[in-house]
Amino acid sequence: MHYPNMAKILFLLVLMTSLTGFGKEVNAEIAEEGKDIKSEIDAYIQHHLKDAHDFTLFSYTDGEGTKKHVGFPLPVILWDEGLHLFSSSKFHHGETVAQSGDKYYKLYHSKIYRTDAQGAINYDENHHPTNVKPIDFSMTKSVLMIIFTGLLMFWLFRSLARSYNKNDGIATGAGRFFEPVILYIRDDIARSNIGEKRYEKYMPFLLTIFFFIWFLNMFGLTPFGVNVTGNIAITTALALLTFLITNFTGTKDYWKHLFDPLGDSMPWYGKLPLYVILIPIELLGLFIKPFSLLIRLYANMQAGHIVIMSLIGLMFIFKNWIGSPLSFGLAFAISLIEILVALLQAYIFTMLSALYFGFASEEHEHAEAH
Amino acid sequence: MTIPRIVGAGLIVIGVGVGIGRIGGQAMEAIARQPEAYGKIQTAMLIVAALIEGIGFAALFATAEPA
Amino acid sequence: MEQLLEEFSLGLFFWQTLLFLLLLFLLWKYAWKPILGAVNDREEGIKNALAAAEDAKKEMQNVTADSENLLKEARAEREAMLRDARDIKEKMLADAKGQAKAEGDKMIKQAKAAIESEKKAAVADIKSHVANLSVDIAEKVLKEQLDNKERQLKIIDDFLDDVTLK
Repeated sequence: MHYPNMAKILFLLVLMTSLTGFGKEVNAEIAEEGKDIKSEIDAYIQHHLKDAHDFTLFSYTDGEGTKKHVGFPLPVILWDEGLHLFSSSKFHHGETVAQSGDKYYKLYHSKIYRTDAQGAINYDENHHPTNVKPIDFSMTKSVLMIIFTGLLMFWLFRSLARSYNKNDGIATGAGRFFEPVILYIRDDIARSNIGEKRYEKYMPFLLTIFFFIWFLNMFGLTPFGVNVTGNIAITTALALLTFLITNFTGTKDYWKHLFDPLGDSMPWYGKLPLYVILIPIELLGLFIKPFSLLIRLYANMQAGHIVIMSLIGLMFIFKNWIGSPLSFGLAFAISLIEILVALLQAYIFTMLSALYFGFASEEHEHAEAH
Repeated sequence: MTIPRIVGAGLIVIGVGVGIGRIGGQAMEAIARQPEAYGKIQTAMLIVAALIEGIGFAALFATAEPA
Repeated sequence: MEQLLEEFSLGLFFWQTLLFLLLLFLLWKYAWKPILGAVNDREEGIKNALAAAEDAKKEMQNVTADSENLLKEARAEREAMLRDARDIKEKMLADAKGQAKAEGDKMIKQAKAAIESEKKAAVADIKSHVANLSVDIAEKVLKEQLDNKERQLKIIDDFLDDVTLK
């Protein structure tokens, strides 16, 4: 419900990027805080993994014990029997009730609930809130990061495209780094999995999705604490696009293979009993493929964040000269691995998308091979 | 989290780990035997590993405690 | 699973889909198309340049072969000319020799003929001379009428000493 010790942990995230001076202060503060630090760290991690309605760079507790948040609010857009539009600063980071029109809203675990004027939240027996949830179209932190990433990508690749014109077909600047990546996606992901003849129409999607996931994964490793690709809604949207493109570009052979996997190898009365089992499996596979895509990306990024933040949290739990440097070293090592994972997950998502497109757009010459 | 859930999750991780480990190992052997087929082996390896991983994740989420 | 559904935010899904499609469209139009086009053009360019270089190489080979042929022909021609010249020379030499020999033979024959006639004339001359001599000797012998045999012989010897074959 509160933002427990966000400051200390965010400071440590900053510390990892080299501001070592803050370390001592933070440790001293935490020493005074007492023993419920474990649950606070847990709550902080849980909070961080979720989307937020404001962009908090860091927060701290000042001398008088009040929390200060440094950041900026984001617009909240709700549909609750009419459009409600207001700034997230009205929530005061979940501490107060926001009034919009004749309705009252409150933030609870990063979700917005409709409450009465006092902000009372009712729970069922599983401690789930039973308040009405308005449909939330807010420009959250993730949406902001998506827009930022989109602008960055557009600027980067637009300038790469322009540098070709200006410089006689040779990339300049950052393009020299990205051009081989683009060529790798074209040659080793698209061409080899989809085929020489049909790969071109899938290229824009594959390139966009690769850089989009990669960049957002990398932003997830910055101390700003954005967890965009580790959000189930984001990965669902991405996987859904792959699913739709796969099936809308599917050839006749693809559908025939789906509903008639055995083809002419057997008479119809032989196929009938097998198809009672086979066709449901094939149909299930159709949905499992994108589902595993979305779960894989989500779980990998989520797990990476949890591991890194847990290791950082361990530093505060140990608070001694052996444990804390050890967990710092571990956190550092895992951060390096996460940089690799960020690239690997983008690669796997793109690679598997290309593979599914390849299956779907395959012409008859390979259909017998299955 | 109840004990059976934890045990279940552990079993899933063991199963998936063994499965993907075997895929990786066999793929390495295959590449060592036929280095020229590297690309095809890698693709096949990724597909199968991805399928197992997907099922593993689905099972892990099924055992996860409701929040 | 419940947790996943709980976490799923429709608003975020909506924004993600919208923004991603927008980004896809914009990048498609303004970035990927020109980038892939430029890269393709460059690759085509390289391929063409290689093909052109290959052609040039072939051309070069053709030219070299041509010039070699020309050289060979020229050499053959020169050889033929030399051979002709040598033949002509030999023929000329042989002709000259033959002519010279014929001339020489002719001259020798003429000389021989001249010698023969000279000889014949000389012999005839000698013959007449000898006849005259004989007559003279006989006359002298008869005139002397020497009794002395030695005297006779001496006379003959003297006489004969006087005779010189001219």
